[in-house]
Amino acid sequence: MAPRTLFEKVWAAHEVVPETRDTPAVLYIDLHLVHEVTSPQAFSVLRSLGLKVHRPERTLATMDHSTPTRTDQVLGRVPIALDAAARQVKQLEHNARDFGIELFAMRDERRGIVHVISPELGATQPGMTVVCGDSHTSTHGAFGALAFGIGTTEVGHVFATQCLLQRKPRTFAVNVNGTLPPGVTAKDLILGIIGRIGVGGGTGHVLEYRGSTIRALSMEERMTVCNMSIEAGARAGMIAPDATTFAYLEARPRAPQGSAWSAALARWRTLGSDPGARFDESVDLDAATLEPMITYGTNPGMVMPIGAAIPRAGDAAREKALDYMGFRGGESLLGKPINVVFIGSCTNGRIEDLKAAARILKGRAVAPGVQLLIVPGSQAVKRAAEAEGLDEIFKSAGADWRESGCSMCLGMNGDTVPSGHYAVSTSNRNFEGRQGVGARTLLASPLTAAASAVRGRITDPRELM
Amino acid sequence: MSGLKRIESHTVVLAASNVDTDQIIPARFLTTTERTGLGRRLFADWRYGADGAPNADFVLNRPEAAGAQVLVAGRNFGCGSSREHAAWALKDYGFRAVISTEIADIFRSNALKNGLLPITVSEATGGWLVAHPGAAVEIDLERLTLTLPTGPVAFELEPFARHCLLEGTDELGYLLGKMPDIERFEAARSG
Ligand code: SF4
Repeated sequence: MAPRTLFEKVWAAHEVVPETRDTPAVLYIDLHLVHEVTSPQAFSVLRSLGLKVHRPERTLATMDHSTPTRTDQVLGRVPIALDAAARQVKQLEHNARDFGIELFAMRDERRGIVHVISPELGATQPGMTVVCGDSHTSTHGAFGALAFGIGTTEVGHVFATQCLLQRKPRTFAVNVNGTLPPGVTAKDLILGIIGRIGVGGGTGHVLEYRGSTIRALSMEERMTVCNMSIEAGARAGMIAPDATTFAYLEARPRAPQGSAWSAALARWRTLGSDPGARFDESVDLDAATLEPMITYGTNPGMVMPIGAAIPRAGDAAREKALDYMGFRGGESLLGKPINVVFIGSCTNGRIEDLKAAARILKGRAVAPGVQLLIVPGSQAVKRAAEAEGLDEIFKSAGADWRESGCSMCLGMNGDTVPSGHYAVSTSNRNFEGRQGVGARTLLASPLTAAASAVRGRITDPRELM
Repeated sequence: MSGLKRIESHTVVLAASNVDTDQIIPARFLTTTERTGLGRRLFADWRYGADGAPNADFVLNRPEAAGAQVLVAGRNFGCGSSREHAAWALKDYGFRAVISTEIADIFRSNALKNGLLPITVSEATGGWLVAHPGAAVEIDLERLTLTLPTGPVAFELEPFARHCLLEGTDELGYLLGKMPDIERFEAARSG
């Protein structure tokens, strides 16, 4: 057999019916993740057609997008402040019960952001196909799964048939070699990749991140990288499973146990791209040349090393973006005052991210007038952080420590950035209004975010390390 | 969904590139549990000022935009969030086709499932359309042609999606018809 890529192996193993000129492939889905915002209309379709969920045991639901992060609301001591959010939460409870789907509801200790909880439970595994009505499903590709976001109509398709109609995407190798310098994180790496290939550079493709830099990343760092594949327009991003992957998964509650574990390992070891496998596109990066990165515009491709000067606007789109951000081409961002810092999201809301932030915040205080919001990616991350005393470091620095959820990553749960305010955010999208109407978002790593919170100004984290 | 064969309309041009789905429909409107009624929220933050009054400069608020069924957009339209609400909002507003030199993957898929035709054109055609807002165009889905006042150009569309749009059938029916294959596949894997 001709050498195959990781993607081609996973795709082939899930083709129920291969594609033809006239019809797309019928692709089998191993794991379907569900949340409250993109599922209600899909459940309605099932009801109106009298259909059941074909494989409820392959379906896992949580609440994260519209849920509040304030403890009193999560614990039910006071009602959820946003009516519409309360309705969506109720409706998901009702739908999960009616269709026999496992749900991590509001006060479940396993609840959290959908892309954080599935890996931490060991539900996401190498070689799987994973979908969710959410574009950051690409996160799960860190395990060597083919994982991608779908729309609500497709959520309905997976409910009813456990399958999707799909055309086979093309492949794109992202080769990264060398050692990341101190203070340069996985977030800076993926921002650097997006800056290089552009926000539409991956359209129609599945990225495979390869090379010595990628091999050296922890699972959490790999998730940060794969998470933002969609920000390059890619259908998905994948990393071949290896010893790091297996060590992370072993003994997680939903991972195979006993003899099933050894059988799974044997299978997973064969998944990596074969030597000589061909990719449709490729790009090479040298990790040693990377620096802490920050965005200056209104999409993640408008990004630069933190000490650089903002590129001078060359076209109308860039001009409009700089106008929205209140920046001028040619100026530096270092030292610019900020109002809000958000540490969290499915990009940077895991325990290693919180530890990185704590390294900077320990024994320091948030600058006067700056709001620092730290929101763990899941309740499990919250407990782990509290077990290590990170919450104490955060609180004594003056940060606001919350319950898990998407929070300020998108402005639909009560956590928003006020209009015109600058927010250094560890999330993944700096679109106009993403964090609140008129909000001005600067994407960066947890280190840069924490350092900027301490100084109250955009700060190179290496100055505080 | 009724079959879609021809669209004749003048265009509305939104020339910006990388228009993401957060602009098409901001997240705070995603708390709906319905598919309908989102048209009035379409491009809400560009269309309305902070006081809720229409922003006269925004293209959809200009008199000549009234009744347009074809949106011409800059490169990489529909990038970002997978929210199908973006396609629902455009459709609910009255658009039946979106033309761009590049359309983001998930948005394209969502559009097709809602009878909103995503058409990718060459730089030359895209450039012409952007330079001629309000141009009268005709889209023929059977022949896969887009006719501009300067003449017809061909476009491509995934054959199965085209079939579904023309017939007004949906993909779920087709997938349900594959249930025997799906169950055989499941049995073979667990066996
Ligand atoms: S944290 Fe942000 S990007 Fe991640 S799933 Fe939630 S809203 Fe989407």
